[in-house]
Amino acid sequence: MKYNKDNYKKVVDELTPKNKILKNCVMAFIFGGAICLLGEIINDSFVAWLSISDDEASPMTSVVLIGMSALFTGLGWYDKLGKIGGAGTVVPITGFANSVVSPALEFKKEGFILGTAANIFKLAGPVLIFGYFSSFIAGLLSMAIK
Amino acid sequence: MNYVMSFVIGGLICVVGQIIIDTFKKNNAYLLVFLVVTGAILGFFGVYDKLVEIGHSGATVPLLGFGNSLAKGAMEEAAEKGFMGALSGGVIRTAPGVAAALIFGYIVAVIFNPHGDK
Repeated sequence: MKYNKDNYKKVVDELTPKNKILKNCVMAFIFGGAICLLGEIINDSFVAWLSISDDEASPMTSVVLIGMSALFTGLGWYDKLGKIGGAGTVVPITGFANSVVSPALEFKKEGFILGTAANIFKLAGPVLIFGYFSSFIAGLLSMAIK
Repeated sequence: MNYVMSFVIGGLICVVGQIIIDTFKKNNAYLLVFLVVTGAILGFFGVYDKLVEIGHSGATVPLLGFGNSLAKGAMEEAAEKGFMGALSGGVIRTAPGVAAALIFGYIVAVIFNPHGDK
């Protein structure tokens, strides 16, 4: 196809979004994979050093990842990673921690109670409500089936 | 091998998340809610545990794993304590993560100031 003044815009429109989605997916794969790999390394370290089972180490790993993500968000690094990594930084549990810290920081100027503490649930609230609600239903259904 | 599988499975789950973001172009809160509910459904049917066996942290670190823990916690407690177990099981199982996010988050928000350059 020849590129001329008339069809140039059309060609660009056709090509741009597809390439962008592919690139986004590659970056999401790399960043998300890296965060999960980090989680596995932390998990293995706990199992090796404290000689505990995998089941006990798993919540500890989550806590460490959440702590790191909170700190990175405070330093302003997590948002920079997010611009490159896209969903790779949103989907892992670190993204949940980021969604807790970000509004808490943003609304700090409105005070420590009505600003930070009230807005800490701005994004996490929906996640917790839908999460707790579906866990309650799962529990009820499991009783009904038995 | 576990490290490779964690990377690959975790990466693939994030690619699914990226496709959802690029397709629907909604706020990230929708994606987070979708992941937790999907994780709980997969956990209820016992499908997610198989993914955890293959992918280890690649399956537990994404938010799907949080939903899976919620459902499994509620089902295990419900088997022991009935209604009250169904109510509290998921919350108990995921309490460390939620408390850590809220407490660490609050401390960080008190110490640091927002970055105004966005």
